[in-house]
Amino acid sequence: MAKIYVNGDAQEVSLPLNVSELILQNNVQQPEMVSVQVNEEFAEREDWEKIQLKEDDKVDFLYFMGGGSR
Amino acid sequence: MIDFTEEQIQRYSRHILLQDVGVEGQEKIMNARVLVVGAGGLGAPVSLYLAAAGIGRIGIVDADVVDLSNLQRQVIHFTKDVGVPKVKSAEEKIKAINPDVQVDTYYEFLDSSNALDIIKEYDFVVDGTDNFPVKFLINDACVMAGKPFSHGGILRFNGQTFTHLPGTACYRCMFKEPPPVGAVPTCSQAGVLGAIAGMLGTIQAAETLKYFTGVGELLTNRLLTFDAKTMQFRTVPVKHRDSCAICGSNPTIDHLIDYALAPCALATKGTQEQAACDLKNH
Repeated sequence: MAKIYVNGDAQEVSLPLNVSELILQNNVQQPEMVSVQVNEEFAEREDWEKIQLKEDDKVDFLYFMGGGSR
Repeated sequence: MIDFTEEQIQRYSRHILLQDVGVEGQEKIMNARVLVVGAGGLGAPVSLYLAAAGIGRIGIVDADVVDLSNLQRQVIHFTKDVGVPKVKSAEEKIKAINPDVQVDTYYEFLDSSNALDIIKEYDFVVDGTDNFPVKFLINDACVMAGKPFSHGGILRFNGQTFTHLPGTACYRCMFKEPPPVGAVPTCSQAGVLGAIAGMLGTIQAAETLKYFTGVGELLTNRLLTFDAKTMQFRTVPVKHRDSCAICGSNPTIDHLIDYALAPCALATKGTQEQAACDLKNH
């Protein structure tokens, strides 16, 4: 087991774990639309399967939020 | 140096009292020119607070008229304004709060044909729009014109905002391109708690005033998000992306793009949302 931080909250995960798998585990809605940062660097979508997470990694999911005017 | 009248000293006394603002800061505010895109949920509190603060010139872009369903959160518009262009309704309230403010109204949509021309007249832009095509347009136009702006988005019980200065992370650094048409719901489709617009809009107004007075640290290279259900606020550090298509070292976008506007439909719509959507827009 390893501890990583997802959107600021600690999470116990089993390694090995890549970013795509983490997205699945977290039930991220519409993953095709989410932006992902790993340790404050943007992770390109095509790299998600390749990026192996490790202890103390910080992962942030950024979501579109479009409202405002109408 | 502006010669403050007695009335101005009284009106702005609570700013002038602030050590970080003072007479000098208030003068900067009064010389400032701000463009507010969208006179809706976000544009309403932004415009009201900027007018009250004494921003010298406020431009407002909006092609809509006031609808009864707007009044739940768009606090610059009153019941008597239903059917009136939002820019006219907003201008009237701004003038009523502070007659010193010069108001420019643009009763039109911001698009690739007018964005750069309108933006160049202002020192700071506030994004209070409700759709992704215009959010990307504002981002791209501001990056091209070297203008700072405040991004804002709200949905349901959530809000997010960041401030862009030339050289700091832009919207495209965070989100490469707009989501597919209809894939992400807007407030008119999914709803929003009215006060959320005030929470987010006042943050944008505060950022605008901080920008002109130089007070504190702006929300640059940070995305502020909050969830009003838990009242948890969080700032996520975000970095300028060197491969960004508009602000990276080899930008691939050299002109403004008019992305397709979402028709009133959701890719994964529920009938209730669709009904609300139909009610609102047609």
